[in-house]
Amino acid sequence: MEREAGPEPVTELDEVTAELGGRTVLRGVSLTVGRGEVVALLGANGSGKSTVVRAVVGQVPVTGGGLRLFGHPVRSFGDWSRVGYVPQRSTAAGGVPATVREVVAAGRLARRRLRPLRRADRAAVDRAIERVGLAERAGEPVDALSGGQHQRVLIARALTAEPELLIMDEPLAGVDLDSQRVLAETLRTQVEGGASVLLVLHELGPLAPLIDRAVVLGHGRVERTVDRPALLPEGSHPCHPADELEPSAEPTLQTGVL
Amino acid sequence: MSGTTMTSTLASSGVLELLDYPFMRRALLSALLIGLAAPAVGIYLVQRRQALLGDGIGHVALTGVALGFLLNANPVWMAVAVSTVGAVAMELLRSSGRARGDVALAMLFYGGMAGGVMIVNLAPGGSTANLTSFLWGSVTTVSPDDIVAIMLLSALVLLVTLGLRRQLFAVCQDEEFARVTGLPVRALNLLLAVTAAATVTVAMRVVGLLLVSALMVIPVVAAQQVSRGFATTLALAVTFGVVVSLAGTTTSYYADVPPGATIVLLAIGLFAVVSLLALPLARRRARRGGGGRGGAATKRPAEPVPAGRP
Repeated sequence: MEREAGPEPVTELDEVTAELGGRTVLRGVSLTVGRGEVVALLGANGSGKSTVVRAVVGQVPVTGGGLRLFGHPVRSFGDWSRVGYVPQRSTAAGGVPATVREVVAAGRLARRRLRPLRRADRAAVDRAIERVGLAERAGEPVDALSGGQHQRVLIARALTAEPELLIMDEPLAGVDLDSQRVLAETLRTQVEGGASVLLVLHELGPLAPLIDRAVVLGHGRVERTVDRPALLPEGSHPCHPADELEPSAEPTLQTGVL
Repeated sequence: MSGTTMTSTLASSGVLELLDYPFMRRALLSALLIGLAAPAVGIYLVQRRQALLGDGIGHVALTGVALGFLLNANPVWMAVAVSTVGAVAMELLRSSGRARGDVALAMLFYGGMAGGVMIVNLAPGGSTANLTSFLWGSVTTVSPDDIVAIMLLSALVLLVTLGLRRQLFAVCQDEEFARVTGLPVRALNLLLAVTAAATVTVAMRVVGLLLVSALMVIPVVAAQQVSRGFATTLALAVTFGVVVSLAGTTTSYYADVPPGATIVLLAIGLFAVVSLLALPLARRRARRGGGGRGGAATKRPAEPVPAGRP
């Protein structure tokens, strides 16, 4: 998990197109997440943010362009324990109660697959729960938690496999201030430990200081890219045309050509 | 049934006496095994909100039983084969997202039932009367051959459902996340479907095809009235399953009532008692602000409950 300045990006999208139910959602998205980078995807509802992250984790088939994870095409990528996925929090509860620890332990299966969990795995599960500040509630059913606490459970579930790349879909949606703070702190620790992050956000909010690059999507294309959005003058939003900054060091961002 | 004359015997000496009869030993052994296996599979179906899948498989198994009569083959193994095919087809339909779950289930129900009735009437000298013991169960007529099949199948079911419990839990709890962790989700889903089919055919001798699903679902639902986690629900559900199937089989021997119906009614009674006992527990949890599973209104205190909630 050392932060290398190697040439190989953690994930790389090159003119990626994708469709959902026959409707084209991504019309050529290109972006790169380098090692140790935190990249935020912004954009209106329906701009394709969630589809991008679901394509990166292999859950939406790519119909054109190239998508690589750790240098491998996503289609043949097999080393999923290097990726921690935090899906959009669903309000649908399962039919059977489950404790915080049980849900988080599911994330550890990325390392164990069909083998049972060992003592070391259970320790990793406890560490992840502690990291999101839920140690005292580990034995409680997830249904009893608030929205923010539930989100922290999903993050702990992704962290428990000790991934190199964290992929999060709207981690701040419906999350109370307390949990937002815990979340920002958790992300900071991860990034300091060398992890890379790709996350969908509605607004930068408390995570702004952590974000290396904001990519604004619109209608399935990259509209613009902003480096270090937190350093922008007060009041200017990455969506603002004046935010078109000089091209970043890596030739990663192009608007779609379709 | 020879047991009817002994209804006044004390329960303790009665149980020992019961074991003197080989047919009752087989009946109790198969009841024990199905009491273990059915809730162990059922919990995953309940978790995935597919509580009625067992019923669908039960109806398809009927076609298998009828095919056994038609082809002069063992109805139990034919039922295993046909219900496995049905369960796999059902799972493929579900995962492809091409058919709505309830519609696919309806097809399975009625297709299986109609197929069974049609085929058994085509069999030489066959009529729907041949199906009766499979529809309602006849635990006291379990043969030594049946016991071998029941033991093999329940061993398989328990091996899968307990050995792979974390993996199956992950798949049923959040299928997309499970795929991203690299679990072989499709294979696990198919394995669960096959396991459910095996359970249904094992249980059909004990509770009958029409009541199979009750033993898969009710102990689980009863357990989750008081449990807070998946593992405790599983342990409690299996305990409940064993208790009601053994008690039901014993009761049916003494009271000369059908075992399947007795087991299911006992399970429902147990559910009612557990729910009543759980009421103060749920209230206490709600007061602590946690909510728990006491009801939708206490679930998320931060969100106001709409007045017109259905």
